[in-house]
Amino acid sequence: MSLPLHVKGSPRALPSTEASFLWRKLSEHRTALWRTASIGLFFLVWEIAGRVPISFAFPTFLETLRAFLTMLFNGAFVAAYAQTLQPLVIGIAISAVVGVGVGIVMGLSRFAEWLVAPVFIVLQAAPMAALIPLITFVYGIGLMAKTLAVIMLALPVIALNGYKAVRNANPSLVAMCVSFQGTRWQRITKIIIPDASPVIFAGLRLGLAAGFIGVILAELLITPTGIGDLITYHRSVADYPEMYAAVVSIILVSTLTLAALEAFELRVLRPEKRRT
Amino acid sequence: MRNITAQATAAATRLAGSDVAVEVRGISKLYSEVEALRAIDLDFPRGKLTTLLGPSGCGKTTLLKIIAGLIPATAGEIRVNGQVVTGPGPERAFVFQDFALMPWATVMRNVAFGLELKGMGRDERQAIAAKYIAEVGLTGFESKYPHELSGGMRQRVGLARAFAVNADVLLLDEPFSAVDEQNRRKFQEDLLSLVEKEKKTFIFVTHSIEEAVYCSDRIVILSRRPGRISQIIEPEIDRSASPDAIRRDQSYLDTVEEIWQGLKRYVD
Repeated sequence: MSLPLHVKGSPRALPSTEASFLWRKLSEHRTALWRTASIGLFFLVWEIAGRVPISFAFPTFLETLRAFLTMLFNGAFVAAYAQTLQPLVIGIAISAVVGVGVGIVMGLSRFAEWLVAPVFIVLQAAPMAALIPLITFVYGIGLMAKTLAVIMLALPVIALNGYKAVRNANPSLVAMCVSFQGTRWQRITKIIIPDASPVIFAGLRLGLAAGFIGVILAELLITPTGIGDLITYHRSVADYPEMYAAVVSIILVSTLTLAALEAFELRVLRPEKRRT
Repeated sequence: MRNITAQATAAATRLAGSDVAVEVRGISKLYSEVEALRAIDLDFPRGKLTTLLGPSGCGKTTLLKIIAGLIPATAGEIRVNGQVVTGPGPERAFVFQDFALMPWATVMRNVAFGLELKGMGRDERQAIAAKYIAEVGLTGFESKYPHELSGGMRQRVGLARAFAVNADVLLLDEPFSAVDEQNRRKFQEDLLSLVEKEKKTFIFVTHSIEEAVYCSDRIVILSRRPGRISQIIEPEIDRSASPDAIRRDQSYLDTVEEIWQGLKRYVD
């Protein structure tokens, strides 16, 4: 957003230079300012709601913040995330590699599409929480079961996005590559995949978000470990500020990870988007 | 202006003796039920700019894409430099209506892309690309991305890319239709000087009568579906005059009028 232009000879008096400088600084950061204000307002409402109180199990914002900082510095979070991130990272890594690969193959080949796409469409539609007890029957309660829960949630959305992205690659660019005698391999690597990469990346972001859901579901439903354990334990002993702090921490971690992924995509994969 | 009427077309489509770059022989195209082209016989003289003109849906773009090898013909054959061709080849280069530039690549990489696909080394292909970027007037824009350019400049990139592969025949599919009017005029003038300089065969599809008369050595008018050759006109305009003088020239205006009279019956 820019300032209204002061046309030469405009009858409107210019504000003093210092004030206009401050105003300019402010409007440069307007988006950031509004975002901060929005978050601040949310915390304020939370604090008020906690003080009313709407429920004895609903801590105020300040109590939660105190619990959050305590858990951050006494190592509770470090220990919890060391456990939670294991199935998450393994699961997301497998889902990303397999999902993007299978998605691209499905997009390129009708045969693969018929063979594999229905599985992912059904998986994406299925309520995963209902399937998690089945995983425990087969794979027990260890890392394997939790990783599988992450994959089951993350893989379908990554694969289906990759498939749609490749299938909808700009036909005019493909024709261009054909007209300059590009081989099939060049067509895929130089045109189709770069053209599909924004949608593939959108799929990865959605997959990562789904992976967070998967790992928390697994930690709450299979066996309480990591951050799921923190939530369950503090709820059972009625340490509500600590329980809320754990919930807030997982929201923070997942938001920051997604933002980082988006920033990485802009920086590395879409050089043309940076200069706008 | 020389008007080769429909009756005499059969003789005129085959150029006796003169140097022919592209020969179209009995080309027909059926899209499931719809007959887009019927038994087209046509020769394109070497080193000239020939325009395919016609009402929308007459199959002019289809014919151009068949010549390019981008879509197969139902019947007939295409010969380029005497050789029958079935797919795209290095002797033809295509300029796309929607530019078909890679949005993630700079002007330099886009222009050099045809050479990149051939496996030419980076320095070599960039040197060639730089020459054609200069020729279409885009020096200084090498490291820009397509979205930073205007429509006219984007099509200049498309044209430079086609020049860079050094094909004998350039196929232009309504190259100016997505370019605004003022840029289009300037671009047409520049194209004419490039035609003069590059000595290549140009096959040009347009729906603009003025553009066809202004740019072409030869205009092939196709009838409405199924597309057939209805007229061939050679404007014979003195191109040594300035572009503005040409646009006011009486024979230019007469030719535009004559073509319009011929095409009017195809318009709803």
